[in-house]
Amino acid sequence: MHIELSDEQKLLKEMVRRFADEVVKPHAKEIDESGEFPREFFAQAGELGLAGVAVPEEWGGAAMDVVSYALVIEEVSRACASSGVILSVNNSLVCDPILAYGSPEQKRDFLTPLASGQKLGCFALTEPGAGSDAAALRTTARRDGDHYVLDGNKVFITNGTHADIAIVFASVDLEKRHRGITAFLVPCDTPGFSRGHHEVKLGVNASGTTELAFSGMRIPAAWRLGEDGEGFKIAMSTLDGGRIGIAAQAVGIAQAAFEEALSYTQAREQFGKPLAELQAIQFYLADMATELDAARLLTWKAAWAKQTGRKYSLEAAQAKLFASEMAQRVTTKALQVHGGYGYTREYNVERYFRDARITEIYEGTSEIQKLVIADWVINKA
Amino acid sequence: MNVLESAPGVDFGLNEDQELVREQVRRFAEERIAPGERDRDREHRFPTDVLAEMAELGLLGMTVPEAYGGAGVDPLTYVLAVEEVSRMSAAVGVTMSVTNSVCAWPIVHFGSEELKRRVLPDLAGGALGGFGLTEPATGSDAGGLQTRAERTADGWVLNGEKAWITNAQFARYFVVVARTGQGKKGLSAFVVPADAPGFSVGKPEEKLGLRSSSTAQIFFENCRIPHGNLLGEEGQGFVVALETLDHSRLGIAAQAVGIHQRAVELAAAYARDRVQFGVPIAKHQAIQFQIAEIATTLAASRNLTYYAASRSERTSDAGRLASQAKLYAAEAANRAVWVSQQIHGGNGFSEEYEIARLYRDVRVTTVYEGTSEMQRLVIARHLLRGGA
Repeated sequence: MHIELSDEQKLLKEMVRRFADEVVKPHAKEIDESGEFPREFFAQAGELGLAGVAVPEEWGGAAMDVVSYALVIEEVSRACASSGVILSVNNSLVCDPILAYGSPEQKRDFLTPLASGQKLGCFALTEPGAGSDAAALRTTARRDGDHYVLDGNKVFITNGTHADIAIVFASVDLEKRHRGITAFLVPCDTPGFSRGHHEVKLGVNASGTTELAFSGMRIPAAWRLGEDGEGFKIAMSTLDGGRIGIAAQAVGIAQAAFEEALSYTQAREQFGKPLAELQAIQFYLADMATELDAARLLTWKAAWAKQTGRKYSLEAAQAKLFASEMAQRVTTKALQVHGGYGYTREYNVERYFRDARITEIYEGTSEIQKLVIADWVINKA
Repeated sequence: MNVLESAPGVDFGLNEDQELVREQVRRFAEERIAPGERDRDREHRFPTDVLAEMAELGLLGMTVPEAYGGAGVDPLTYVLAVEEVSRMSAAVGVTMSVTNSVCAWPIVHFGSEELKRRVLPDLAGGALGGFGLTEPATGSDAGGLQTRAERTADGWVLNGEKAWITNAQFARYFVVVARTGQGKKGLSAFVVPADAPGFSVGKPEEKLGLRSSSTAQIFFENCRIPHGNLLGEEGQGFVVALETLDHSRLGIAAQAVGIHQRAVELAAAYARDRVQFGVPIAKHQAIQFQIAEIATTLAASRNLTYYAASRSERTSDAGRLASQAKLYAAEAANRAVWVSQQIHGGNGFSEEYEIARLYRDVRVTTVYEGTSEMQRLVIARHLLRGGA
């Protein structure tokens, strides 16, 4: 056991922190309020190799390891949670499944532009009637010779307003429930593809969340990812990896909140001394730091397990569950120690508090994580 | 392809030696410690036979360097062993942890060569150790202790009393902190053998849990020890105590992880077997969620503990990490045992079920070797000094 970053990982972390502090953070407040998607940020991240961190170089990626990926998402999210999830989705939910299940042609045509940041990806699984129960999706894919024709609607699609390529999950046979679900790679300019408006949200407001609709959308069979009926497995295994990204995002948001709580409580005086000299405040800081370390270690462990070819569904679910709930507690306390100021938009902790909330919901709610974890502990231990 | 080589830096794997120790200690704990645990607990009977076997396996003085006859294991290996022992018996776990962490460790790190040669081979060979810091009037505020030590021509003379001393009735050596001057810089640490003239042990405490471990007061009445039994310099006692506690918190964190692990196992096993409303209760989401919660906090505790252990000898943040591990692991274990007992329903309130003992045993983990409150102060002090 050696839980320390390698020299390469340290350099990467420093590089991303500098990029995040200098380029990402200055716009975080503004895009949170306007909801404007930071398309320019994604292009810059792509130039730094952050769009496909763990994708091999031959497919346009930076060929780094999964812990490095977690570091990237943490550092970007520390500056701007919207930017963090934009990157996480492109890496985990779009590049990963194409790398794992795509044909060489699909990797060339889809993965390479996505991993290099020339194109932006989105992951279209959730529907109005199919959230946690993803197998209940109603989007259909009808085979027609060398083509499929897709019809249906998706909701809450991160990056959806600006994506160039979507991974779409649709059923080739609704009777078969999850065994009918099939994955497709779809350029977003395909006729029959349309997007809704940008959802105005409580937090991560600049992540381009929108509805997608497919109406008689005709695509070549060569764009099918994996086999007919393999889509549910692809979706679930992809979400395992995505959870590492969201856990890292939660750690990044909480880290930012903790740092501001630490500096504010040392500067702010009440009762004739800095807040940080009060025991009650010290106890908050101690608990925040402890939970943050615990969440980061769970995240790194899941990343390490994935990187070394171990099973990691349990570790990823635990990291995501713990880190997201930790972020909720830490941002709540960070806001609390700021008092009334923390409740205003003048201070970043107000945004962190709103941004943290979604980490308990997307890419599998806390409740879904608990079902996954319980299944491992009760039935597979 | 060697996949491990593609993951430079962060590595959560155990090496072969560590895997082996974990496996051996787990088997020993299941086969040799677990069977008599319930009776020892009920009868408040010290695990003398079990400890003799552990001494033969080299588990009691496992942190003593090889040069003095010990196994000289690294802190992580030690933590793995304490965890596995505590999984089956928290009482045996603390007996082992105290001997290694708060008796052998300060002697290894602060003792003179002569003292080490005199004492450590005994501790490596199975003699138990104790640690006398706490007094009836000084718990968390250890700096205010009143036991006195005076230098005389032929040695030190100690007068005073210490409270809550683990292993009191059975230890051969005690590391004792006593006053040699004013304030915190007026404290010094000594090794007091149990056969020193003027040393005596009070009656065993009746405790809520850890009933088969030994806890009592110890008394010094013109207790005489050689000059060479001073640890470090005169006036260095508070430093010795704090550094020892930094290290020992790893042992208690490991003990809490062991208890927590057992609580999760017992909850899962009970939930699989117990049928209510026509199905095993493990089929109910309410039960699944509780098991998921305690399994997740277990993973968090274990990571914090192993992380602190793996960095304990190398880094400036070692003290903070040890306190974080101890704080979190103890709090999480208490919560986990409570949840596991809840899943056991009325049966969990009966001493027929192991979880009832765990419920009593786990309670002390947030209290001894620094309460949760003291850990938070230690952590905050580190944070405010500048290392976030």
